[in-house]
Amino acid sequence: MPPLDLLPPLLEGLTVTLALTAGATLVAIIASFGAGIARLSQSGFLRAAARVYIDVFRGTSALVQLFWVYFALPLLGLELPAMTAGIVVLGLNIGAYGAEVVRGALQAVPAPQREAAVALNFTPRQMLWRILLPQAILPMLPPFGNLWIELLKGTALASMITLNEVVFRGQLLRASTFRSAEIFSLILLLYFLVALGMTMTMRQLERRLLIGRDYGGVR
Amino acid sequence: MFDWTLAWNILPTLLRAFGVTVQATLLGMSVAVCLGLLLAVLRRSSSAWLSWPSAWIVEFIRSTPLLVQIYFFFYVLPNLGVSWPPFLTGVAALGLHYSAYTSEVYRAGIDSVPRGQWEAAIALNLSPYRTFRSIILPQAIPPILPALGNYLVAMFKDTPLLAAITVNELLQSAKLIGAERFRYLEPLTMVGLLFLVASLASAHFIRILEARVAAR
Repeated sequence: MPPLDLLPPLLEGLTVTLALTAGATLVAIIASFGAGIARLSQSGFLRAAARVYIDVFRGTSALVQLFWVYFALPLLGLELPAMTAGIVVLGLNIGAYGAEVVRGALQAVPAPQREAAVALNFTPRQMLWRILLPQAILPMLPPFGNLWIELLKGTALASMITLNEVVFRGQLLRASTFRSAEIFSLILLLYFLVALGMTMTMRQLERRLLIGRDYGGVR
Repeated sequence: MFDWTLAWNILPTLLRAFGVTVQATLLGMSVAVCLGLLLAVLRRSSSAWLSWPSAWIVEFIRSTPLLVQIYFFFYVLPNLGVSWPPFLTGVAALGLHYSAYTSEVYRAGIDSVPRGQWEAAIALNLSPYRTFRSIILPQAIPPILPALGNYLVAMFKDTPLLAAITVNELLQSAKLIGAERFRYLEPLTMVGLLFLVASLASAHFIRILEARVAAR
């Protein structure tokens, strides 16, 4: 008999997990493109700022960042609710990894494409939007897919700053029922299913973007 | 605002906890390196009974959160009569989680050994064990060392999760100091800085390793 009675409270927690994932994904996409493009900017200041952001967020642990924003930042005068802290920190954390993906993909566009854009007197902005990004987006998708799963897994950390997402609910249930094996197996299964859905979404997106192209990583 | 005297005073305690973090990382990585190789070899097996489960185990471990896996071990193992101290449970969970990642690294390394090497091993009538031990792995492993190094750094950054099961590593000790003195700013900032320094140093070391491997 599957432990179905445990499912409703866990599913309620899962909706919080999904909301956190959605919010952090949005922040991560903006941060990835912002910092990734800034890394290749002509302005030395922008390049340095992007570099510091990427190094700090990739060089420290996501959980430490979360604790710092939730417990230490209030002492500097900025108090964020757990959900906001989770969205911002996870988004910026994954965004730092994503920025390197964006930078790599932009740099991998063949040099003649840039030269042609310069020869045609495109402004840097036009070159970025019309020449580089449309070609770079496809090779970004597989690593973005991996990072998206990392982000989903990262949301579990928010349970440690008291956000009542699915792991937090699991802990509460465990304290009241002591059925640890069933609860944590169910939670693992729920994450696995969500991750499966995300992988399929990314495949679909890749297939959609492949239409009309005569190159690229067909799988 | 930021109390430097306090930051300086708690440094020895934090450095001691940093030792626990390093221990957990090294032990966890030893588990991951061995178990990952086993998973990679099993996945290549011609028997579907071996290759299929190992492929799914890797997929499952990689798409579920480390924190939940740690809780699973921490709360479920005692029910099965296994009562390990939290440190050991944490190291086992870290090792298992990262073995899924290292197995993919090994797989890439093994796949890049030229086909002729396998054929030569068959022609010389070597046993599967000797083929792997003496022919394939010595060629497969050196090129993947930088990738394994990257996972070592990743695991290092995941050790604070052990604070969730009361292991007294860096983050846990910062939490304890914070609770004792009602100041979280300094301990948590120091922990962040320690991680940053260690990660940047090891990233530098891996770049040197990468250059060495590329030069071979």
